Order: sequence, then structure tokens, then C-alpha cells
Amino acid sequence: MMATAFADTDPTETAPASVSAVASDPSATAASKAISQDEPEASPRLLMFRSVLSGLIWPITGIVAFLGLWAVLAPQVDTSLGTLPGPAEVTEAGFGLYEEFSAAKDAEAAFYAQQDANNAAAIAAGTPERVRDFTYAGPPTFLDQIITSLETVALGFFLATIFAVPIGLMAGLSTRFNAAINPLVQIMKPVSPLAWLPIVTMVISAMITSADPLLPKAFVISALVVMLCSLWPTLINTAVGTSSIDKDLLNVGKVLRLGWFDKLTKLVLPASLPYIFTGMRLSLGVGWMVLIAAEMLAQNPGLGKFVWDEFQNGSSQSLSRIMFAVIVIGLIGFLLDRGMMALQTLVSKNRTV
Amino acid sequence: MKFTGGFGFSRRGVLAAVMASAALAACGETPSEGEGTIVAASLGGEVEKPNLKFGFIKLTDMAPLAIAKEKGYFAEEGLNVTLEPQANWKVLLDGVIGGQLDGAHMLAGQPLAATIGYGTKADLIAPLSLDLNGNAITLSNKVWDMIKADLPKGEDGKPIHPISAEVLKPVVESFESQGKPFNMGMVFPVSTHNYELRYWLAAGGLKPGYYSDGDVQGVIDADVKLSVTPPPQLPATLEAGTIEGYCVGEPWNQAAVFKKIGVPVITDDQIWNDNPEKVFGLREDFAEKYPATTAAMLRAIIKAQQWLDADGGANRKEAVEILSRPNYVGADAEVIAASMTGVFTFEPGDTREAEGFNIFFDKFAGYPYYSAAIWYLTQMRRWGQIADDKDDQWYFDTAKAVYRPDLYLAAANKLVEDGVIPAESVPETDGYRGEQSGFIDGITYDGSKPNDYLAKFPIGLKAGQSVTAAGVSSE
Repeated sequence: MMATAFADTDPTETAPASVSAVASDPSATAASKAISQDEPEASPRLLMFRSVLSGLIWPITGIVAFLGLWAVLAPQVDTSLGTLPGPAEVTEAGFGLYEEFSAAKDAEAAFYAQQDANNAAAIAAGTPERVRDFTYAGPPTFLDQIITSLETVALGFFLATIFAVPIGLMAGLSTRFNAAINPLVQIMKPVSPLAWLPIVTMVISAMITSADPLLPKAFVISALVVMLCSLWPTLINTAVGTSSIDKDLLNVGKVLRLGWFDKLTKLVLPASLPYIFTGMRLSLGVGWMVLIAAEMLAQNPGLGKFVWDEFQNGSSQSLSRIMFAVIVIGLIGFLLDRGMMALQTLVSKNRTV
Repeated sequence: MKFTGGFGFSRRGVLAAVMASAALAACGETPSEGEGTIVAASLGGEVEKPNLKFGFIKLTDMAPLAIAKEKGYFAEEGLNVTLEPQANWKVLLDGVIGGQLDGAHMLAGQPLAATIGYGTKADLIAPLSLDLNGNAITLSNKVWDMIKADLPKGEDGKPIHPISAEVLKPVVESFESQGKPFNMGMVFPVSTHNYELRYWLAAGGLKPGYYSDGDVQGVIDADVKLSVTPPPQLPATLEAGTIEGYCVGEPWNQAAVFKKIGVPVITDDQIWNDNPEKVFGLREDFAEKYPATTAAMLRAIIKAQQWLDADGGANRKEAVEILSRPNYVGADAEVIAASMTGVFTFEPGDTREAEGFNIFFDKFAGYPYYSAAIWYLTQMRRWGQIADDKDDQWYFDTAKAVYRPDLYLAAANKLVEDGVIPAESVPETDGYRGEQSGFIDGITYDGSKPNDYLAKFPIGLKAGQSVTAAGVSSE
């Protein structure tokens, strides 16, 4: 089994929203019990409020302490671009990016308004061949870059899943197949996205020759790199989940003379689904991490390219903008993980065999 | 100069001639008519491919592209252009070759090297030169401190320019005696910066190293070892101590001054007065397939070049503001202004007049001279990137296959006709600038005699010499 240090070990214990997580936290429940014994007249609503408060107090303390340390220590680090930006500068950079975003939207609207006016004038003047239907070619905004990144990781993750799950199932069901692919998996698993990138780039460049391909090359390259790096946790977890099915279940299947398809859909898949989803959750985390590296080099216009372009800019604003991007990358990674965890919980609850 | 087959062609020359005539035949005309008229004839019409994407590297000499977009010149020509910064020159080149980019701000050596098959092989052309000058060589503070005292000073107490690389000799020796290599950075194996840095070092008696057939590091028999780093990362690499100096375009020399990590010692204008710099490069088949689009983009860029040099640089301030936006060069405006507004800062406090540091339009900056292409080819031969001797005709043919003044003239003449640019801004020339002086070592260059030129260098490959891993060997 693969497990990350901060992964919740038992998915059934943890619910997605933080409030309910607090409610199910044994220590928090104990605390609220203690309170209710001391003050029997407290209303249940107040109790709940208190338990939420006591559950939030430490995380908030942690964040505040971190921000305080950051604010104090950052000005001590002197780089060639000035001192390291503190929380205030980074927040400012966030507002700056928002302003750029609204300015870009205004410019886009102005572009289309101008184009429409030109087209109307062209038609009025009897020269319909002068009508233009251009899409706005301005620089991508920060939000555009976030969206591109999410699309890229979604495609890469989707490809990884449809590739890894069937192979994992086969490996779990057949010890020979498992033995055959195991060394390959072990060797490919630790390869960095940076090593895959040149290979993928050359192959994709050779394969997509159309002048106007359906998907931009850089997008496909980044997505494939994400896939290559993120499919391993799903593959391994699926294999482990499949191979650890209760032998009695399989024997029952034999007695009932289930065909292989029925065996797969009625026994194997339901039993290994929690494992598969654990693997997918880890895969998504890995995919999001390598995406940034892939985008930096593949020139896919996402968050990675944003970070790299800002590093290349080397202006006095660059560091705080990069830090803002780092926070956004972290937040999105967190949300993706929580989303997968919710899915995982749902699957484990409904599919107990 | 005409493409007439002749005896004494090298194999590559013949190949180039065959390819060029095939290209001409593809245009549906007889090859005997000469190439300019053919393409020019099909330049009028409607733009075939209005949605275009151009790549650039974050350098101030990409300015004509940014200005053509921001001042609406592309739009005037019916083009909808996206400009995309690229991570490094290799990514940019692959983007153009692979078709993700329709054209790009390129190193002059890139279309030449691609066409002769050094690095990735592809048929690229350069129908327009983007600018003259614009580079400089920066040394780390450590090395600057070591040479500063020995520099000859003028009456004002400031070093007399140009500073010769000879002053580096004792520094390189002291590095050697400590068993450390003396490393410097440049941006790409076939970059102007590589050749300019090598020119400066060799003019000062330091060997910058040779390339051999199998070795692309270019450090064989080197006193100073050169390595490749993308332009925007050079200051960080210098700061990290990996290299002791670099040659790069702006704003990355001024960035070193502002960050107080290094001191620019010489501009490329001082190494070779008014040297040709970047080009606008695209695929040959693109220009053939979309002649009207190609002409339209060239007209837009020429208009932008004129705007950049108009009224003695009156527009430069606005250009600096545009370039400082994060989606273009993105460096701080004051850093970009430090080289784009007629001055250049060397040591802090030593800011000098540098009127000609960036020329985009004046002095026929946009015209793609064959002699400029041949200079790059001679440098490729000088340092072993071209492994064996080529006759003069090979140089002429290669230059002619890549540099395309016919396309430039078609676009520029249309602008003259429309009264947009003055007639005297378009040169009457056969593509060769004649005898050119203005080099730091006093050697003169005549593009029509490339092999004679190569024979003049004290350091560099001579006729009959080749490079192996062991060093330079004569036949």
C-alpha cells in the first residue's frame, strides 16, 4: 500500500467538510462531553458551536503563527530582486492579478465591440468580405492559466485512470501477469516528469503534424507527462486491492459458476473499489504536482508557465506574484484532494462487500 | 546573384540550389525568372491565414513584435496575432519548425543553422532583420574587481572604452593556477552572443574553444569555457557562481547592474559597430503557402520598427512601458529604460551615451543583407560548427536560401508606395554591404570574400583544418 504522511489512514472515519470532520473527531467529541457534564444547562446548539470553535482554534493558531513568522522572517532574506515578499505583498500581488484580469476582460470586450462596429460598417459600406471574426488574442490571464492547468490535469488523470485500472485489475487477478509487469512498474514509477518530457515532446511533435490540431501540442504533451507520472499509484493500488479479495468470495463465485465478466463486476470491482479510489486520490495529487513542472518546460499556458515566465521576468513584482501562484497551486491541490476523498468515502460506504 | 548551376559546387551547395529551384517551381513559374519577381507578384491579395501565433524570448529586441501588436499595426494589416513568450531558444526553434508557432523573434544563426542542418534540420527563412546591436558582455563583480585596477583610465578616471579581453588574461591564468576553469555563459550555440563573445575573447588573445563534429559543447582547446543558459536565467546563473560572465541581450546586462551582481564591460556595438542582430524567422513552406500573409506581417513589423526609431527615439519611453508588462519582457521599466533610451550603464555611476545601442529602423536595420548571413556562417566555420572547408559559392548560396530580401523589398516597397515609409529608408543593394570595418580587432570584413576573411583571424580554424576531440589538426 502507498500512503502519504498526511493522508487520512481510514477513509471511512473522515467526512469531507471540516465541520462534520470536527464532529466525528473523537477528541472533540470527548471535549464536548466534558463540557456538557460541567454545564448541564447549556443548550445543544451552544455545545455544537463550542465544539466547532475548539476544533478550529488550533488550525487557526497554526495559520496565524505561520503568517506571523513569514511576515517577520521574509524581510530578513535579501535576494537580488529585493527582500522576500511577506504576506502583505503577496496579498497585494493577488489583488494586482485580479486588476490585470479585469483590465484584460475590458480590453477583450473593447476588442469585440470594435470588431462588431467595423463589421457593421463594412456591411453598411457594401464590402462584406471585410467582415472579420477574430477571437481575442490577448495574453492569458491568471484565471485562464488556472483553467488550462485544471483541464490539463483532468485529461492526464483521465488517461492515467483508464490505463491503470484495467492493468491493475489484471495484475491483481493473475500472479503471473503481476510478476511480469512488476519490474517495469518499479522502474518507471520513480522517473521524474522532466525526464519524460523530451521523449513525449519528440513523439507528440512527430505524431501531430496537422497545422491546426484539435488540441494544442503543448497541452497534449503536458497532459501525457501528467499521465505517465500519475498512473502508478492507481495501478499499484488496484492490483493490491484486487489481489486481496477474500478467497471465500471467489470460492462462492466458483460455486455459483459466475462467468469472468460477472465475477469482475459483481465481486472483484466492488471489493477493490476503495483501493482503486485511494490510488486515484494519490494519482491526482502526483498529477497536480508534476503538472507544474511539465507546463514550465512544455510551454503549455498554465500555472507552471505563469511561474516560469514570472521567474524570467525578474521584476520587482515577480517574487510576490510567484508566491501568490504557489498559494493558489496549494489551495487547488488541497481542494482536488478533498474532492477525491469525498468520492472515496462515498464509494467505500456504498460498496461494502 | 543568380541561382545558376555551376561547376565547383560543394555537395551542399548543389543541394541548396536544387531545393531552391524546386521551391521556385512550386510557385508555378519558371526558375529562370529570378526569385524576387515571382513571390512579389503573389503578395497583393487577401490575407490567407489571419490568426497567427508568434514566439519570442524575453529580450528588448523583440520590441518590433510587441509594438506591431500594441500599436495596432498587425490589426491594420488584417492580422490577429498572439504573442507567446518561450522558455528558451531551443523551445522557440522547435515551436517554429513544429508549426505551433507561425513565426518568431529569432537568433540570426538559427534559420541558417537549421537550413544547413546544424542542430535540428528544417527549411527556415529570415525575410527581415529585427535590429542592429543590443547585446553586451557582463563580468561578475569578483572578476571586475580583479581587472578594474589594471584598466587604462581616461581623464575623468573612468575606464577607456572599448575594454579589450586582454585584461582577462591574468584572471584566466590565476583561475588556471588554482585548477578552476574560467566559465562564461551565452544563450545558444548558434547565437550572435556566442560569436560576439568568442570574437571579443579571441581579439584579446584568449581561445574560446572549438566545436568538433561530435562535440556540441565547443570547449576543445579552450582558455575560457562557454556554456548555454537561456537569457533571463543568466543573471541568476552568474549570481550562483556557475559562470564568471556572460554575453546576452538587454535587459539582462542592466539587470546585473541593478541587482549589483555584475558589471557590463563592453557592448556588441563596440565589438562590431552596427552589427546585425535578431531576425524574424519562419518556415519556408509557410511563406510559400501564405505569401500575402507573409507580406502583411512584414509590413506590420516594418511599421513598428519605424515607430521605434521615429523622431530620434521619441517613442522609446512608451515602448519601455509596453515592454515592461509581464506578458512581454516583464522586467522593471527602469531596467529596460537603462538601455533603450540612448544610454547604457556600465559600472554603477558610469552611464554613457549609447545612441546606437538599439537600432530597429535607421541604417537599413530591417534589410536582411546576405553579407550579414555570411558573417554568421564564417563564424560557424571559424569555431568548427561547420566541420570542413566550404568554397565561397557555398556561403553565397546558403545565405541566399535563408535570407530573403526579395520578401522584405516586396513589403517595404509597398509601404513606400503607400507613403508610409520614406523611399530612402529602403536600400539599393545587391545584398552585400561591401568592405566593413568597425571591428574591435581592426580586421575588415567583406561578405563577398568569406574564405579570405577567415584567413585573417589569428585564432580560429584556417583552410584545411579540422577539429577532433584532441584538438585542431591540419590536413
